Amino acid sequence: MSTVQTSNDMSIEPKPIIPTAAAGHATHGHHVTQQVGQPGAPAAVSTETAITVRGFSSWYGSFQALKSLDLDIPTRQVTAFIGPSGCGKSTFLRWINRMNDTIPSARAEGTLDLHGEDLLSRSLDVVDLRRRVGMVFQKPNPFPKSIYDNVAFGPRLHKHYTRAELDQLVEQSLRSASIWNEVKDRLHASALGLSGGQQQRLCIARAIAVGPEMLLMDEPCSALDPKSTLAIEELIETLADRYTIVIVTHNMQQAARVSDQTAFFFEGRLIEAGTTESIWNKPKNKQTEDYITGRFG
Amino acid sequence: MSSLASKPLGPDPLGANPAGRDLSALGRPKSAAARRIRERIIVGSLALAACFSILVTTTIIVVLARETWGFFQFPDVTLAEFFGSIEWNPLLGAEKHFGIWPLVSGTLLITVIAASFALPIGLIAAVYLSEYASPRTRATLKPALEILAGVPTVVYGFFALTLITPILQKISPAFGSYNAMSAGLATGVMILPIVCSLSEDALRSVPRGLRDGALALGGTKFDVSVKVVVPAALSGIVAAFLLAISRAIGETMIVALAAGGVAQITANPAAEVQTMTAYMVQIFLGDAPATGVEYKSSYAVAATLFVITFGLTMLGQYILRRFREEYD
Amino acid sequence: MATVRSTASRVLANRAFLLACLLATSIAMAVLAVLLVSIIWQGWDGLSWKFISGLASRKAKDAGIMVPLLGSIWVCAICALIALPLGVGTAIYLEEFAKRSRFTRIVQTNILNLAGVPSIVYGILGLTAFARMFGAFGTNMDDATTFGNEESLFFLRFPFGSSVIAGGLTLMLVVLPVVIIATQESLRAIPRGLRDGSYALGATRWQTVWGITLPAAIPGIMTGAILAMSRAIGESAPLLVLGGALLVYNAPENLMSDFAVLPLQIYNWAGRPQEEFHRIAASAIIIQLGVLLLFNGVAVFIRQKLQKPLQ
Repeated sequence: MSTVQTSNDMSIEPKPIIPTAAAGHATHGHHVTQQVGQPGAPAAVSTETAITVRGFSSWYGSFQALKSLDLDIPTRQVTAFIGPSGCGKSTFLRWINRMNDTIPSARAEGTLDLHGEDLLSRSLDVVDLRRRVGMVFQKPNPFPKSIYDNVAFGPRLHKHYTRAELDQLVEQSLRSASIWNEVKDRLHASALGLSGGQQQRLCIARAIAVGPEMLLMDEPCSALDPKSTLAIEELIETLADRYTIVIVTHNMQQAARVSDQTAFFFEGRLIEAGTTESIWNKPKNKQTEDYITGRFG
Repeated sequence: MSSLASKPLGPDPLGANPAGRDLSALGRPKSAAARRIRERIIVGSLALAACFSILVTTTIIVVLARETWGFFQFPDVTLAEFFGSIEWNPLLGAEKHFGIWPLVSGTLLITVIAASFALPIGLIAAVYLSEYASPRTRATLKPALEILAGVPTVVYGFFALTLITPILQKISPAFGSYNAMSAGLATGVMILPIVCSLSEDALRSVPRGLRDGALALGGTKFDVSVKVVVPAALSGIVAAFLLAISRAIGETMIVALAAGGVAQITANPAAEVQTMTAYMVQIFLGDAPATGVEYKSSYAVAATLFVITFGLTMLGQYILRRFREEYD
Repeated sequence: MATVRSTASRVLANRAFLLACLLATSIAMAVLAVLLVSIIWQGWDGLSWKFISGLASRKAKDAGIMVPLLGSIWVCAICALIALPLGVGTAIYLEEFAKRSRFTRIVQTNILNLAGVPSIVYGILGLTAFARMFGAFGTNMDDATTFGNEESLFFLRFPFGSSVIAGGLTLMLVVLPVVIIATQESLRAIPRGLRDGSYALGATRWQTVWGITLPAAIPGIMTGAILAMSRAIGESAPLLVLGGALLVYNAPENLMSDFAVLPLQIYNWAGRPQEEFHRIAASAIIIQLGVLLLFNGVAVFIRQKLQKPLQ
């Protein structure tokens, strides 16, 4: 069973083969560089586990999409799910906030716990779960409402707010999503007038507004141009202090840039998981190595 | 597992960030229980609304069945005669006959005339609109078709009476002031927009790739349209035809105005005929007592009509389901 | 050895077919144009404000259509008030809440069947269920059970008889399947991503429908509703069967009043042998078509202006 955890057994001077993105962005993957070259230094991040997965399998009707996964996802770190198309990473992501409930033929077995709470239980308040675990989708999906109403929609579902409180909440969320300055003068304009990258940041702000502890991101940049992708990756880094983030991506370089932990999926199975640095430099599994070096996928 | 609503779970997720702590202090929580109850009431009401449609069908069937049964309880009326006799004259005092065929024949004649006019012309016009016409032409004609499909049928009845019949009478003195041809043509004009519009929808939904493929093989536009697109859209076209025929069969106002009131079996378009629907109008507008056999005969005719159109609708749906090519 | 089809003959076939297409389309347009022109030609002169606002009369030259116009408005208003909530509610349930099961398939097929039932059958149903109420209140209209004051709007008399409310309910039966199907299509057109975004924020099904899906579908639903009402205003067969609304001389005053509708007035006049009645029938038709155009125009306007792209 592979466990994702911070490891202290760094070899001296590993040559990271993690390609960096554009030059001049030294903060990418900063959690990794903190540990490199500092063996024995206390990890700057928590080792607490947010999501515990044991023997988790899921089906769509008779088709088994996920086969007996074992995984720990740590709190307030960025975990990347990588793997070729159709390997089940998005499916698994959608189980974490029970979005698969909207698909009638979907079912799951095994253990999937959030801080010890069984997420597959029938008595689980799914509505509250989704408030605590937010999701950002591949294609930005702002509501056909104003920017303000987009961000305010979620909070209004769960609580009563005065106008002043809502204003504060909306501003705070838009700031956290690094989009406040671009929209502060047109909060009541339609969200559909924003560019693709702005819409996606709006969706992130929308997700933050309900006060989640965890953010699930399903290929959030795949529909965006490189400049917007960069903006979002930078945003993810700032968010990683406060939220546990799980990001599904088919872009391996992106996974290397933003994540602390990586899990490699293939055909419904979890092949290997570990710190991003170790997956890239010393993959234990040949399949992992083949995928990373681009021999397939 | 305990409900999440009752206890806070896990570490304070926003504790590390003071700004986050402020945010979560804002607002007063809404009651989850109240939300659940409200949701259940609303969904229940909506489900009730959905059941109304079933209630309607059930009531139609029950009412028609009950009155038809009452009709067959009368001494002069037998099932054998209903389906076997070719005479229908319930209002002729002493000798009543209740064979359904004259009325069915009237309906059939009108429908055949209407379909002969509307189906070919409608389909070819649809092919033109879908395959040949410029986008601007289509943009003008398609909405016009939709408007035409909404013209009240009494207008077509007026048209039959005041324009078609006089013209027919000029062509040949065989046409009386009430004749099947006039009503049939008017009904055809009525269903023409439906045939054209629905067929055009079916043709448009054939993906472009098929046309491109056929053209690339050296086909002319005629080849592409008639040999590739129409067959590909066939299930939709047939469904459109069946719908139009069903409308023609159920049409009342045109035949009430222009076809006449003589129930007879004939294939002569110049003759006066009475359709099932026209007969029903005659009875319901008349003075026949509600418990009398004439009155109840109207329900029997209505039941026949219902069964026929129901059968056509089911056939159309079956064809769509079974033969529709799924292209996505 | 297969014979080669000459290109020339194929080009000829192509051209011949194009000709057939143009011919068919021209015939179709010509026939409809003739229809329109003949009606305008017959009825244009009769159009006047006096005609529109005039009351009923035995004489063609004095007759006006105010009574049937008001009757049409009453009947359609009652129809809309009941058919729209019922139809939209049914559609919302079927599209957003009901799980795909045998029951929902039966309901769906049933609605499609109802859409194909001849309107005269609805007239019979309305007669039995609303006018006569299955005989539950006796068959003699003079012995009817009444509630309320004849002066007030909400005077109720059971059985309804051939009253405005019975007419409105009967029309509701005709129009209901249309509203349901149109609303379902509008809801289906809303992209899935919007609903997912709402669920992901912790919204329930109803909260998603009320807050996101329904507002986005409103233009489509309104268009469908307007077209359904446009159909209701032209329906005559069911109302004919319901109460023979042919000899009414007053506009409705309360829910139990007798009523006349414009299409039946046209039927009445068209069926008379005298030429002058045909002329005023044509004038009435022009008004009827004018109303149709108005409704369609509004629907198209809504479709253009309010249908914001959702992507």
